Parts: sequence; structure tokens; C-alpha cells
Amino acid sequence: MVPLSFAGHDLTPLPDGALWWRARRALLLADLHLEKASWYAARGQMLPPYDSLKTLEDVAAVVAATGAQEVWCLGDSFHDRDGCDRLPDDARALLTGMTARLDWTWITGNHDAGFADACGGTVVEEALVDGLLLRHEAVPGEMRPELSGHFHPKLRLRVRGRGVSRRCFVVGERKIILPAFGALTGGLDAAAPPILKAVGGGAVSALIPTAEKLLRFPLAA
Amino acid sequence: MKQLPPQIRDWFDGRGWRLRQHQTDMIAAAGAGRDALLVAATGAGKTLAGFLASIAELIEQPDFEGLHTLYVSPLKALAVDVQRNLLEPVEEMGLDIRIETRTGDTPSDRKARQRARPPHILLTTPESLSLLLSYPESATMFANLRTIIVDEVHAFAPTKRGDLLALSMARLQTLAPAMRRVALTATVKDPDGFRGWLSSDGDYEGVDLVRGEPGAKADIRILLPEDRVPWSGHSGRYAAAQVMAEIEAHDLTLVFCNTRSLAELIFQDLWAVNDRNLPLGIHHGSLGVEARRKVEAAMASGRLRGLVCTASLDLGVDWGDVDLVIQMGAPKGSSRLLQRIGRANHRLDEASQAIIVPGNRFEYLEARAALDAVDAGELDEDIWRPGALDVLAQHIMAVACAGPFAADHMYREVRTAAPYATLSRDIFDRVLGFIESGGYALRAYDRYRRIRLGPDGLWRVSHPKFTKQHRLNAGIIVDAPVLDVRFRNGRRLGTVEEYFASTMRPGDTFYFAGLALEVEGIKDADLFVRATSRPARIPTYVGARMPLTTNLANRVRHFLHEPEEWRRFPQDVREWLEMQQMRSVLPAPNELLVETFPREGRHYMVAYSFEGWNAHQSLGMLITRRMETMGLSPIGFVSNDYAFACYSMKPVEDPRPLFSADILEEELIEWIQTSHLLKRAFREVAVIGGLIERHIPGKRKTGRQVTFSTDLIYDVLRKYEPDHMLLSAAWEDAKGRLTDIGRLADLLERAPSTMVHRQLDRVSPLAVPVLVLIGRERVATGTVDDELLIEAETLAQEAMRAV
Repeated sequence: MVPLSFAGHDLTPLPDGALWWRARRALLLADLHLEKASWYAARGQMLPPYDSLKTLEDVAAVVAATGAQEVWCLGDSFHDRDGCDRLPDDARALLTGMTARLDWTWITGNHDAGFADACGGTVVEEALVDGLLLRHEAVPGEMRPELSGHFHPKLRLRVRGRGVSRRCFVVGERKIILPAFGALTGGLDAAAPPILKAVGGGAVSALIPTAEKLLRFPLAA
Repeated sequence: MKQLPPQIRDWFDGRGWRLRQHQTDMIAAAGAGRDALLVAATGAGKTLAGFLASIAELIEQPDFEGLHTLYVSPLKALAVDVQRNLLEPVEEMGLDIRIETRTGDTPSDRKARQRARPPHILLTTPESLSLLLSYPESATMFANLRTIIVDEVHAFAPTKRGDLLALSMARLQTLAPAMRRVALTATVKDPDGFRGWLSSDGDYEGVDLVRGEPGAKADIRILLPEDRVPWSGHSGRYAAAQVMAEIEAHDLTLVFCNTRSLAELIFQDLWAVNDRNLPLGIHHGSLGVEARRKVEAAMASGRLRGLVCTASLDLGVDWGDVDLVIQMGAPKGSSRLLQRIGRANHRLDEASQAIIVPGNRFEYLEARAALDAVDAGELDEDIWRPGALDVLAQHIMAVACAGPFAADHMYREVRTAAPYATLSRDIFDRVLGFIESGGYALRAYDRYRRIRLGPDGLWRVSHPKFTKQHRLNAGIIVDAPVLDVRFRNGRRLGTVEEYFASTMRPGDTFYFAGLALEVEGIKDADLFVRATSRPARIPTYVGARMPLTTNLANRVRHFLHEPEEWRRFPQDVREWLEMQQMRSVLPAPNELLVETFPREGRHYMVAYSFEGWNAHQSLGMLITRRMETMGLSPIGFVSNDYAFACYSMKPVEDPRPLFSADILEEELIEWIQTSHLLKRAFREVAVIGGLIERHIPGKRKTGRQVTFSTDLIYDVLRKYEPDHMLLSAAWEDAKGRLTDIGRLADLLERAPSTMVHRQLDRVSPLAVPVLVLIGRERVATGTVDDELLIEAETLAQEAMRAV
């Protein structure tokens, strides 16, 4: 796993979409969208009621693999502000176990604005951590180095006649936009104008971590 | 038989026509109150034969109130066309019979009026009929229905649209017990299969079989190139000038292509050699309705000389006086070839003219095989499979929208539809549970139920919003997500798949609707373009390739082994086979020839299995994986309909262990479950079954994703509830449709005893057509996406390097 040097910190993008901050033993996760399926079910689209469990099992796996002690969720952690109340028992047990054991912070996003921490952890709107600003949605004029989520960037390529589409990190000069971590979260083309606008001018690349290599695809010069 | 009313007799007499035998037989079946299947060639007056009995009844009962006859066609345009062919006779007979159409294009005020005051004869599609059945008024609307006529039934009875219509007919039979069933079909191999599909109790003998008079034999030629039959390719593009000469020599020529991409290419090729500036058109399923209607109108009024088209014109639309049909590339099946040829000349007693343009030497053999098959009257098999569960879910929801129902009654009714005759109560209940709240073992969504069981034992839709949702999303055809292709002035040319659009940047160019277009930008669900003169590429469509039918494959195998057949072949094809016999061997029809040879530092293995491209793609993937585990360092594979070739760093000394049947047990299943194939099938069943809403173009917002990926739903469901009904449904679909698993299984079962292995010092003549695909098709190896991404990154780095 190859770290990336960003604003004086070594940050490691992981293949499943988490960002590992070794120096702090901290994991950053964006857009979990827990209970997205039940939100749709209430509106007549009965998506499988296992998305929260799947997402949280993935979180637990990456926590175990890295030995993280801190977890920062960069907003839209629940698909809506009541999502926390709808968590099925097994998913809830898994989550409360982690929030009790780890130093866990929920940054709120547009989907889960105003949600209460019925599942443990601390709820904040944004945070400044060792000089890095953590928030849900990138603020275009922000001069400080910033880590955010919100856009669910995904790289789509056509290689050898086959389409490949993969969650990716978008990295600009002062900003990193994380991919969505949630099991049922779709994606927006990494080169889409809203993402390029949010990440600011200058050189922008899409990063895809694979098991051996950190792949870098230039999006804008 | 009782006399026809004088109005009809006079009309026939006035034209100097007599009733044909099959028309008389159809009237007799009606008189006896029996269901009937009419099998007849194009041009036999099939449609009129279907309607005569209804017209006669309506003449005899001038006071008939309500809907008498329902006509269902698989094509929207066909319903419009028949209105013309039916309206005209009815008008000329001076009859007061109200005939209307109802399709997705019918304005909603007219649809509402049709429900309140139906015409005597309604022309519609399977989807529109299913929607009609979702309205409470359907009970009264259909109460008097006497006849349902299903046209072009060969085109869709064994598909999901056929399942839907079979279920709708079962419903109609309950609403109108006196309803008689009639179906019209082109010549098919097994009429009894279609009689069974049509019957109301699963007994095909309850459906009369009426046969039309055979038409004149078609006059089919194989076009040979001016120089040599090419080694490779599958489009016949080399022949543009010769095809143009044929167009010039005829009044109206249809040029059939096997894919939409090919149609765009051929159109460009023909245009480049159209020195006399003849009016040419293009017609395929991705073009906008307006564009298609325009071309159809031009064709009908004789303003076109040539039309390049795809399967979008396969069905019996009788727009113009076509006097020549050209098939570009091999026809892949004899039934399809016959139906396409039937487009030329809608008169029974005159021979249709047709030309096949083979793309390569194997395709020459295939074209020859198709001609022989047509001569011998040999048709392709229709494959019947049990009714799809996603379609059943959609149907039950439709009926629920119309009113409360009892599960027992519904179960009995559904089982009268032939595709569902063996449906078990257990599966039926699972489908009900799926409609109710997703059918999950957890029952997590009980409070969100879409239908509820009342204390009276009846199921009801729990909220009107679900009825609305159903009507918006119902339908059987699930297209890949598409973007509209538009000019700035708003004119819509058609659609391209979202995936293709997402690889386009402003300034990129592509061919579409016969034009070279430059991308200006994407906004919401529109791809804005302007005309350009710069060279362009062709959109790729996800659509499946047509597989070579077993019957043609067997004939080609037979040719290889029978040198006396070769005398009929052109000299270069003959030399090719003779050289193969000298250098290697020509396999007997039951043998599997495998050749291995080195070339330029690589090692090649070519297997001539003749099981079609789809099966070869799957097998190539699996065999390459096995070579990987055996340490042979495979680099890639390519395939066509006849053979597949793997190439590797180390030689395959003994191919037998690679072809063992146990490959089907675990490796194939594992591969399919993670493949795009099954995910695509899942997307379809999820939409048809009503789990998720369709992509509705007008509803898309800018920038943000408003829908979710069915691939992700698939992954989650597979992990946590692998027995879920939708996964079984997707599996059934994928199994039957694309991988031709049955053919693969047969091949591997036979392999140990039929394999003939030849180690050669260099490439054999038979191997050339498939080997030349290397580098051209750029098909990936068994590579996972990671490797593709790594390759793409290298390319990107290279391209972005300043020096």
C-alpha cells in the first residue's frame, strides 16, 4: 500500500475506499449511507435490507486490518437523519461495539444533517485535525488543506473493449475527495464538472489503489 | 360451413379474389368456437384471415356493444400498419365497425375514453394490454370480448413478452369466458409448441392447426467478391461496390445487418460508393421514433432505393415494394434468413430475390449451409422454457392494481397460462411475498407492504401510490441506460448507451443515424451534437451477438468432411480446405479438432468446436484460467462462431486436461456469478419484477446520481440471501440466454472421446480466420478489472508525457 504525501502528512488510500492516516492511527470514511435500502423500501422499492450490515462489516474489516483507533466519518453516514433508528439489530450491535471501542466521530452531511448519535460516537459539523480540515462537502474557496466526501467519485474507462468502473479518490493541490464507502452507493464520473469545480484549479488526478500499486489517472492539468 | 355475409363476398369478388383455403379454415374454426393457430408464409393474406371471422360476426350483429376483438402485435408500428390494412377493407365494405389502436404513444385522453367506451376492434401490444388489465374498468371493458388475435407469434411466444401475454390471456379468459384465441405465425419448425402456448388449458390439441399454401421458393444467391473470399471479418464490408450495383439494378433493396454498429458502417461504405446519389436510408432500434417513421414513410411512398437495417425490420411490416433483400455477413440461422427474405415481394406466387454476402471463408460455408437448409425446408428450433418469475410478479401486481384478488384463484388462473402450467404453489407464494415487501427472509419491511392480505382473504394494493408506480414502470423490455442524441435545436436523432456517452468528450466524433456527428456536450440526459465532416467512430451497443444455430453449425461441420461438397464452392475456398487437409486434418462432424503450433515466440492452441461465439467466449475465459493455474502463462484468447484460439508463452502439450467436463462444475459457476452477464440479467429482473424503478429520462437531475447501481444490490443480495427469488430468476435468464451452457456442456462431455489433437510446426489454414482477430478485436484475457486498469494507467502516462 502506497502512501500519498498531502500537506505534510502521509495518507494511504486503501482499495476499499477508506483513507488510512497511519501517524494518527486514524481511518477516514466518506458517505456510508447506512439504511439507504430501508429509506427506499418505505417508498416502494424494496432493496435488500442488508446494506448497513454489509457496510459495517466492511468497516470492521478495515479497522481490524489497520488496527485503527480513530474513525472519522465524513458525512452522509446515514442515508437520512432517522437512519440510525432503523438499523437492524445485528448491524446496530456491530456499530455500537465499534463506537464504544474506538474514538469515533460523525461529521454530518446533507443527507444526515441534524441526526442524533443514538449509536455512539461524537457528532460534529466539521473538524480541524493536525492542520487538515475534515468536512462533508468541499468548499471551493477554502485555502486550508481539506478532506471531504459527498460526490462519490468513480472512474469510468473503456479498456480493450471492456468497460471498467471503479470508486476513486480525487486529488487536487489542496483537496482530496474520498470515494463513497457504503455498500449501495452509486457514483459520479470523476471528471464530471461538479467534482472538478469542487476540487479547485491546478493538477487533478483520480487515484485507484490496487493491491500492489496506487494508480494515478490525470483528470485535469 | 355457413355463408359469409354478402358485404365480404362482394368485396372479394370486386377485387377478383377468391377465399383461400386457410381463410376458409380460419372462418370454420371460428364457427365451431375453436381456438386456432394459422401458420403461413408472408404474403398469404394472413392478417386478413385472422380478422375475417370477427368482421363477419360484427356484420351479423350490428348492435354489438363493446369490445369484440383484441389484436395484439409485438411491434407498435405493426399495430399502426394493420390499422391501415384492416381499415381499408372495412371501409370499402361500407361497414360501421370502430377500430382503434392503443400503444405507449396513444394520448392519455384517448386511452381513458377507450376504457370507458371501447371500440369494436382494438389493436395493441402485449405491454399495453397488460397495462389495460391494471385498470378497474378492465372487468367491464373485456366482459364481451369474443376473440383475441395474436400476430407474429413466432417472434415472441418463447420470450418474456410471450410470458406476459400468456398471463394476460389467462386473465382475459376469466373476465371473458367466451373468448376465443387465435394466433398467426410465419412458418415455424414445431407448430405444436405454439399451439400449446396459445391453448387455454395446456392441451395443444384444443387449438386447430391451419396451414397456408406454401409460397414460391425464394431465389437466393451468394455474392462472391471480385477477387478472393476474405480470410476474416464478419461483415462483408469489402463488397460495398457490388452491393451498390445491386441497389442500382433494383427498385428497392433492404440491406440487413446483424448489428446496429455494422448498419452504421455499411451505410457509410455504401454512401462512399453511391456515385449516382441514389436515395438511401438507415433504420435500427436506437434511432428515434421520428427518424424511423420518416424512413418508413419514405419507403412506403417509393422515395427510397436502398435501406440499411437491422432486426428492427425483421417483422412483417409491409411498407414498400421491396424487390431485393441483401444479408450482410452470415445469416446465423435458417428461420431468420427466411423471414428476412420474406420482406421482398409480398406476393405468394412470385419468388423472393435475395443475396447473402459472406464475411469470410467460414461464413461462406455458413451461407451455403443456410441455402441448403432453406432448400430442405429445415428451420431452427424454438427453445421453450418455463415462464419467468419477474414477469409473473409484474402481472400479479397489474391485476392487484385493478382490484382485490384471492391467492387461490390467482394461482389457478396463472397455471392456465402455458409457460406457468407447472408453477408450484410454493414458488407462487414466494412471488406474492416478493411483491408484498421484497420477499426477504428477514421480513424487515412488513410495515412498508405494497399489497396487504385483508381479513376477507383478499389481497389489495395498500396505497394508490403503488398503483401509480406500477403503471409507470411496467414493461418487459429493459434497455441499458441511454442518453438522447440531439441537435442544439432540440431535434432528437435517437439514443446511445450511457456507457458509450460517458467515454465521449466534447470534440469527439461518431457515426449515428448515417451522419458523422461531433459531441458538443452532455446536459442531463441529452448528448448534444452537431454535424461534422471529420472521420468518426461507431457507437458500441451492449446487445448480445446472435449465436450460430446448431442446425447450421452441423451443416458446416458436415461440409468440412465431405470433399464432394467442395465442388460447389469457389476455387479459393476449395483450395483453403484442400490445403488444410494436407497440412493438418479436417475433423469429422462428431470430432473436436484441436491444433497447437508455435509462432513468433508464442504458442497457440486452436479448438474448432462450432458452438457459437457466446459459448466460445465463456470457454475461452475458463480454459485460459486453467492454463494460468497450470503455469502455461496464457496471454489471451480470441473466438468466432466456429473456433477459439488461446495463446501463451509456454506450449500446451496435451489439451485433454484443459477440456475436462469438471470445468463446468465449479469454475464456470464461479465465473458466471461474478460476470457482467449475470449482473445484467439481474438488472433486468429487478426492473421487470418491480424491485426498482426504471430509469426515467425526464426525471434525471444534473450532476448527482439519483439512482443506485443494481450491481451493488446484486452483490449485497448474493452475500446475504443467495436463495432470493430474484437471484434464481437472474440465473435462469443468464443460463438460457447468453452462455449457451447446454452447448458448452455437450462439447465438454464429448471432448475426451472426440478430441483429435494435431501438433503442427506452423499455423494451419483453418486457423487463420480466428487468429487474424488477435490484435483486431483486442479481447482481454481472463484479466480481472485491475489488470485492465493498470494497462489503462500505463497508456495514460505515456500519452501525458511531455517528451
